[in-house]
Parts: sequence; structure tokens; C-alpha cells
Amino acid sequence: MTDTATFQTTAEAPREAGFGDYVQLLKPRVMSLVVFTALVGLLVAPVGLHPVEGLAAILFIALGAGASGSLNMWWDADIDAVMKRTARRPVPSGRVEGGEALAIGLALSGISVVMLALATNLVAAGLLAFTIFFYAVVYSMWLKRLTPQNIVIGGAAGAFPPMIGWVAATGQVSLEAVLMFALIFMWTPPHFWALALFMKEDYHTAGVPMLTVTHGRKSTRAHILVYTLLLVPVATGAALTSIGGPLTLVVAVALNLWFVIGAVRIWRRDEAVAEDDKYAVEKAVFRFSLLYLFLHFAAFLVEAALKPYGLGGW
Amino acid sequence: MTFRPEHELHKRRFGRNLGLGLTLAAFVGLVFALTVVKVTRGEPMQGYDHVVQPGTAKPEGAP
Repeated sequence: MTDTATFQTTAEAPREAGFGDYVQLLKPRVMSLVVFTALVGLLVAPVGLHPVEGLAAILFIALGAGASGSLNMWWDADIDAVMKRTARRPVPSGRVEGGEALAIGLALSGISVVMLALATNLVAAGLLAFTIFFYAVVYSMWLKRLTPQNIVIGGAAGAFPPMIGWVAATGQVSLEAVLMFALIFMWTPPHFWALALFMKEDYHTAGVPMLTVTHGRKSTRAHILVYTLLLVPVATGAALTSIGGPLTLVVAVALNLWFVIGAVRIWRRDEAVAEDDKYAVEKAVFRFSLLYLFLHFAAFLVEAALKPYGLGGW
Repeated sequence: MTFRPEHELHKRRFGRNLGLGLTLAAFVGLVFALTVVKVTRGEPMQGYDHVVQPGTAKPEGAP
């Protein structure tokens, strides 16, 4: 925006973007989860990286995630504008132009992939490139508005960071990396569908084929239970590999038991009961699901930290 | 037509420029540190400077 153009703006017009608006474009809250899980993937790997290489790897994985967030905001500006939760994002609110978000997304994608290749290895960089492509093109552009399984597919993009962290250190994909991926992949649907149950109006207004809209809320409750049950063998299985140990197994069993109990409670409720208590159980399960993922990865990390003292691991 | 220096717009633009400047400075610092680490370790490097490299020379008769 030029100085001249500034004079033409009115009180109602969106203000010119500040640096923070461009940071918002990268979805910093999602990035914080990416940083944490990628860091765990990198630190629990059997091969150590130099701290500077490790720092660079985490930063560029996070930057890649931010780039895909920016591309997503560019593409989804129309539906973001009609949803309460997303209407104040930089693009739908008019603070940042769609073209800027696209340019920033593309530029940061290139920088993050090339720099990750230089800092670590080509396999990790290839996985990061695929993750960006998957989230921006396969999920955002193609399947998000096409299928109610959008959350399941989108979950894959969010599941890659710990695998990339692992590959950045080791140079190859192994069972542990696949299980860390599977843990987030299977966790995402119950996490988001619990949110969708008590944020129903938003998705409905935007016309996004959320499971709650296309298959009904009863079916969504059943889906939450099924995915939570499928999560159990993945989470406990991960605890039995080289990244796990007795502590991780205890944490996994306790967390999964809790999560399954929550999912069963959601499944047994109907809409009338849920509306009576303002979706208290759904909200509690959603909040717990955040803790679930954090504690799982924290357990992997603690296990790895204890190993040098002969305490962690099998 | 000129703006007064204390205009809110200038503050916002300064903040934006400062943020970008610090980000670029951090990026330069990171690339420099990465370069120092890679060069100091020097594992995958072998300069092809028209000098015979005994390490890469094939033994006679090798395919």
C-alpha cells in the first residue's frame, strides 16, 4: 500500500498490516505443536545431530509448516471469512492481501526445503516438501471441501513433523518414525470431531463437509469412538519400540484408558443431553486430547533423556 | 504532501521493517553458524582443484 493510497482509506477500511499479521499468516499455534513434535522426533533418534544443525532442522521444519499455513490461508480466505473462529485471520479481515499470502507461502516453502536439505539431508527435505504439498494442495485445495473424511486426510500433514525430525537425524524412515506419525494421524480425527460437535454452526455456515454436517452428529460420536479405539494399539505399540520404555508404556496405557472412557461417554450421549450441559463432556475430551498428545511425546522425550543414566528404554 | 513523523502508520511500518530486519539477521547468523559447523567437521568435502585426490582415485584395473 502506498502513502497516497493510505489517504483513501476510511475508518472502516482494514488497517495496514503489521509484522504480527504476517506472523499470524504462519499459524504460530500450529507451528508450536510442529516444533514440539519435530523436536521430540529429532531428540529420540539414535543418531545425534550437532546442536546448530538440530536447531536449524527444527526452525526449517517449523518454517515449512508456516509456509503451508500461509498457502492454506490464501486458498481458504472465502470460507475463513464466514466462520467466526477464523474471520479475524489476516487475509479474510483484509489486513494482508491474498496474493501476499500466496507469495509468502511459496517463498517460505522453497527456503525451508532447500535449507533443511543443506542443514541435514535430502530425505528429510523431500518429506518436508511432500508435507507442504500434501497440506496445501491435497488437503486444502482438493479434499477439504470434497469429503467429510477431510480431517482424517488433513491429519496426515500434521503427523509428518516428528517423522521429519527423526529422518533429519538418521537419514531414513524407520518403524519408530512411522509409529510417531501414526500416533498423531489417528489422534487428529477424534480431537477435531470433538471440537466440531460443540462448534457446529461454524462449519455448517461455511459449507465445509464436516462429518457432523454430512453424516449427522450420532455418526460423528461413533466415529470418535472408533478412531480412539484404533489409536490404542498405535500408542501402546510405539511405547514398545526403541523410543519407548516402562515409563512410556505406563503413560500410554493410562492416557489411552482415559481417552477411551471419554470417547465412550461421548458415544453414549445424545444431542439433548449434550445441549443440556452445554457439551461439557465433548469440551472436556477435546481439552484432554491436547494433553494426551503432549504427554505422549513428553514421555518419549523423558525416556530418551533417562537413557544415558541407564534408566530409560527397554 | 507529507506525513508527520509520529503518524501511527510510520510506527507500524517501522515495526514491520524492524521485524523483517531482525528475522533476516537471525537467518544470516544461522546460516553462518551452520557453515562453520559443516566446514569445521568437513566430512563430505573434497576439493577438486586439479590435484590428484588419492582418496578418490580408482585402483588400476577396477571397472
